[in-house]
Amino acid sequence: METTSEQVGAVGGNGPSLTREQFLTAYHDMLLIRRFEEKAGQLYGMGLIGGFCHLYIGQEAVVVGIQMCLKDGDKLITSYRDHGQMLVAGMTPRGVMAELTGRATGYSHGKGGSMHMFSREKNFYGGHGIVGAQVALGIGLAFANKYRGTDEVSVAYFGDGAAGQGQVYESFNLAALHKLPCIFVIENNKYGMGTAIERASASHNLYKNGEPWGIPGVQVDGMDVAAVHAAAAQAVAHCRAGKGPYILEMMTYRYRGHSMSDPAKYRTREEVDLVRKTRDPIEHVKHILLDAGVEEATLKAMEAEIKAVVNDSAEFAQTSPEPDPSELYTDVVLEA
Amino acid sequence: MATKILMPALSPTMTEGKIARWLKKEGDTITTGDVLAEIETDKATMEIEAIEDGILGRVLINEGVEGVAVNTPIAIVVEDGEAVPETDTVSDAPTTSAPAPAAASTASPATAPATPLSPTEPEQDWGETREITVREALRDAMAAELRRDEDVFLLGEEVAEYQGAYKISQGLLQEFGEKRVLDMPITEHGFTGMAVGAALTGLKPVVEFMTMNFAMQAIDHIINSAAKTLYMSGGQMGCPIVFRGPNGAAARVGAQHSQCYASWYGHVPGLKVVAPWSAADAKGLLRAAIRDPNPVIVLENEILYGQKFPCPIDEDFILPIGKAKIERAGTDVTIVAFSIAVGTALDAAAELAKQGIEAEVINLRSIRPLDTATIVNSVKKTSRLVTVEEGWPFAGIGSEVAMQVIEHAFDWLDAPPVRVAGEDVPMPFAANLEKLALPQSEHVVKAVRSLI
Repeated sequence: METTSEQVGAVGGNGPSLTREQFLTAYHDMLLIRRFEEKAGQLYGMGLIGGFCHLYIGQEAVVVGIQMCLKDGDKLITSYRDHGQMLVAGMTPRGVMAELTGRATGYSHGKGGSMHMFSREKNFYGGHGIVGAQVALGIGLAFANKYRGTDEVSVAYFGDGAAGQGQVYESFNLAALHKLPCIFVIENNKYGMGTAIERASASHNLYKNGEPWGIPGVQVDGMDVAAVHAAAAQAVAHCRAGKGPYILEMMTYRYRGHSMSDPAKYRTREEVDLVRKTRDPIEHVKHILLDAGVEEATLKAMEAEIKAVVNDSAEFAQTSPEPDPSELYTDVVLEA
Repeated sequence: MATKILMPALSPTMTEGKIARWLKKEGDTITTGDVLAEIETDKATMEIEAIEDGILGRVLINEGVEGVAVNTPIAIVVEDGEAVPETDTVSDAPTTSAPAPAAASTASPATAPATPLSPTEPEQDWGETREITVREALRDAMAAELRRDEDVFLLGEEVAEYQGAYKISQGLLQEFGEKRVLDMPITEHGFTGMAVGAALTGLKPVVEFMTMNFAMQAIDHIINSAAKTLYMSGGQMGCPIVFRGPNGAAARVGAQHSQCYASWYGHVPGLKVVAPWSAADAKGLLRAAIRDPNPVIVLENEILYGQKFPCPIDEDFILPIGKAKIERAGTDVTIVAFSIAVGTALDAAAELAKQGIEAEVINLRSIRPLDTATIVNSVKKTSRLVTVEEGWPFAGIGSEVAMQVIEHAFDWLDAPPVRVAGEDVPMPFAANLEKLALPQSEHVVKAVRSLI
């Protein structure tokens, strides 16, 4: 059985490249996530978003690089840190932000919140609050692809924290046993809430965790969108060809706390600043674009457009009505 | 343009906090990401970061001040070269102040859908019957639905090549092939999650648990993933799935293999729960469960598997979920039971008849939704209620049935309802102790006699 585990795109290294157009798209999508999340953080601070809110800032290259390799019909599922996935899946910033503020115009009519959004239309299957649950559900999405005889793939995102859950390994086994077209994306941002990976996992190379089942895995510089794209392209091709599951360990970093109420005292300010200054996925692409001769004005215009979209989503999310009280009792069961 | 920095909410419950320390002072240049201040909440000390570039124009609340309410302006940020304006002329950062949501929340509270109590329609007559076992009924139900709908498939431990640990799936692999009848490794958490994921895409899995006890390994997916997703998705993503397997005590299998889950699953909105007694119940309810667009728990009983009952031979035979069946009409007491306890109740009713007491026996068939109308209408006739179940008494199905009766027919009751249930102990192994732990027909007779 094929078993290859390797490292791709060393940190700060020169991963395989993208075209100028692809870099522009990546820059746009990553910046949209960054600005959207900053705005969500602001609205949270104003008390307009309640409960839990887990921001994706710092990890943008992961979802953007992978999404560039997918096609319509491919299915996505992730944890509660889900805003970035939804935006790249094509869900509207308005609908996502309005769900964050718990309004009727949100994707779940205000009944899901930050952690629980879905889009049948965009094949986004949530938004799950139980750590690791999305992995078993994710192989179910892949099972459905195979059952229906399509070449669609499923992408199940989870963090380094979730990688310790038993059901992840049950899922590895089932996916390998049934050759399910599932890409397991481990977003290793180094901390499962406040516990550093070294303190949580005796396995320090999560991309190798599928080896007992013969699942190929690669470790990727998740701050480098081109490296992410290259690795994802390989994984997608493997799955589409019916060769079974694939593991991508994305070495990434979240700039903010685990959730809004996390003071992040388990790491130093200097550590965060160093990543921000030396490995930021958006600044990295910006430099590539400027070096490639893209006008600064072009990027400024893109930034202005994104700012307007995000502000519009925030305005929409604040002015939309709360769900009607009658919504309390709808969507509990479907009529048989 | 000058903007105010507001006291942020830094946790789901924070309403006020203390400015522990300013890390920037008036006149300092600030760039996005700089830590401006430390805020002490009831839980932790948090840093607040600048969200735009500028100059800290004025500190409005000095460090050390406690009890600063969320959304109170604490500083003004200006652009380079801009004069610091008066506080009240500055808009709140980062957007204009949030308008109150156009909430209907002050309107009259929503009312829950009322329990329908009008008399239910008589059960459809399905004509000719044939004696079959519950085991055959369950197999026939699955075979019929597998034939009817390509999206239906069966998975579980030993369901395919072994033909079912309890031989429920006998012959299904041979007829439908390995694509649609799948053996699973002993990995309930994983394969249940996989089945739920497949169901979210619209496929219709039937998950067999070798016993419902093992479903506890997977209960997170049954409740958090299957039952709640429709609601959490605002109605976008239903989960048409069946979880089935033997429930409750078998015979001498000990504490970990002898537990009734009716109360556990009956508690959960988003699930339907059925508990067949007869072969007709088993066939009709399982077919309905497979066709239902919601997650349905089918609580079977190992001891009933081999018992024969008349079952309609009509190929279209199906039963509605949510309707109880009056198995025996009577005037003096209503006995409500489900699953194997229906037999216990009928035995008791036969004994009571010899003593001149006519008991009405209701077979619930469905735990959730509960057919409150049939129960209440019966109690209005008999004025007495006894419930029978194998599960534990505390917060059991009998408790819920009694409470429904108290709410809807209190004035008709001539005596307090009585629960006959399994004893409040883990199931013992010894034959005599196990018998003592389970409700017997003489317990039911005694309970009824205590009311009359």
